[in-house]
Amino acid sequence: MEIRGLKKQFGRIHVLNGLTLQLKKGSAYALIGPNGSGKTTMLKILLGLVNPDSGEALFQNKSVLKQWKYRNHFGYMPQISRYPENMTPFQIMEMIKDIRQHSGAYDMDLYKQFGINKFENKAMHSLSGGMRQKVGASLAFMFSPEVIILDEPTAGLDPLSTEILKEKIIRSRHEGKLILITSHILSDLDEIITHVIYLNEGNILFQLTIEELRSRTKSEKLSQAIAAIMKENGHA
Amino acid sequence: MLKIIKYVLLDIVRSRTIIGYTVFLMLATWGMFMLESNPSKSMLSLINILLIVIPLVSIIFSTIHFYNSYEFMELMLAQPVKRSTVFAGSYAGAALALCMAFIIGTGIPLVTFDSSGAAIALLISGILITLIFVSIAYLCAALSRDKAKGTGIAILSWFFFAIIYDSLLLFILFLFADYPIEKFLLALTFFNPVDLVRLILLLKMDVAALMGMTGAVYSQLLGSVNGMLIAGLVSIIWILWPFALAMRIFKRKDI
Repeated sequence: MEIRGLKKQFGRIHVLNGLTLQLKKGSAYALIGPNGSGKTTMLKILLGLVNPDSGEALFQNKSVLKQWKYRNHFGYMPQISRYPENMTPFQIMEMIKDIRQHSGAYDMDLYKQFGINKFENKAMHSLSGGMRQKVGASLAFMFSPEVIILDEPTAGLDPLSTEILKEKIIRSRHEGKLILITSHILSDLDEIITHVIYLNEGNILFQLTIEELRSRTKSEKLSQAIAAIMKENGHA
Repeated sequence: MLKIIKYVLLDIVRSRTIIGYTVFLMLATWGMFMLESNPSKSMLSLINILLIVIPLVSIIFSTIHFYNSYEFMELMLAQPVKRSTVFAGSYAGAALALCMAFIIGTGIPLVTFDSSGAAIALLISGILITLIFVSIAYLCAALSRDKAKGTGIAILSWFFFAIIYDSLLLFILFLFADYPIEKFLLALTFFNPVDLVRLILLLKMDVAALMGMTGAVYSQLLGSVNGMLIAGLVSIIWILWPFALAMRIFKRKDI
């Protein structure tokens, strides 16, 4: 997957300022940065939910802008899980299965491990935020997509479920999937990611592999490493 | 596309509003024919009621439906589905539900009392006007992200087409009563779908003679087969242009 010079403006605010990135499969990228740094916008452009003002996004060397078939290879877990409120998780899953026409087995790992079957027949509006996140996460992985996009996946999840999700992410990465995660909870990203991309006001401040980051800052923990880099760059 | 329509319809049926609308139409139609022994008179009253109620219900129902299915559309747009398919599917679902309500609610009682050409014309016009106002509703909803604003624009446009426009026409008619402005007035009716449909119906019912000189001009121009064809074509344009514009806006929208 490749991004070339992506620009987006909302009104007068430049959300993305010519972003260029190379994303390889079998890796997990963490997109981090302060609020409003353009993380979600970038993910939404990859999914075709937001149209960029200029630039290109390529998947398997083909542009994804204004296309739709490529989304067969994408799984997405939105930051705010908004679902049809009077449907149940079961109905939503059946509906998406019906729409996607996936050939091959469904990946029900998360569905089972999260115990969604316990509340699969309750209407969405009666579910808690964490339960909705669980539904969102299992939907993102259900069709074994090649690209998995997770926007703040661990926000609202309990520690046990976070662990389950982290293990699933690591397994998927080893299966050769491309994973993109945004998160503010840096401790959740330890162990699961291979690359860190730091966005600030629509620009990439740095892009490093986790090893580079560790050797440069000599700290094991991601949060400390990021803090060290920020200090280095005079941003702290 | 068919699948999207299926899920949109399932959602609409679950909300029960549409069933209430069907029952209302049925009671109104039946009531009109029960209260009045002369079927053509009851037909006239029915037309007057329907031309107010159908646009109002269609436009408000569709606007609210659009906003309420926003989550559904968001979910679909992250799936391998075309944007235009999601939009057209949502439109088709709402339009289909409202048309079915009309066909069952008004069509069944109507055919049992009066199955003349006028009844058929009323049914076709009812469907046309429903489709036109669902299109306008989708345009209003696509124009604004804010539900209150979108619904407001929708109600205003109903108010304009169903009530204000007629008053304006009357005003012009009085102001220029001494001039031969029939053709100009006829042209103006093409810009209001409600008036257009009303005109078609009145001409079809042979009450045009009651409308004096204007009626005569109208029947002369519209009463012929060609006139009907033009009126039908204009109605279809009224379905298409708001829909096409709304689709264009929706396609470029950031979700």
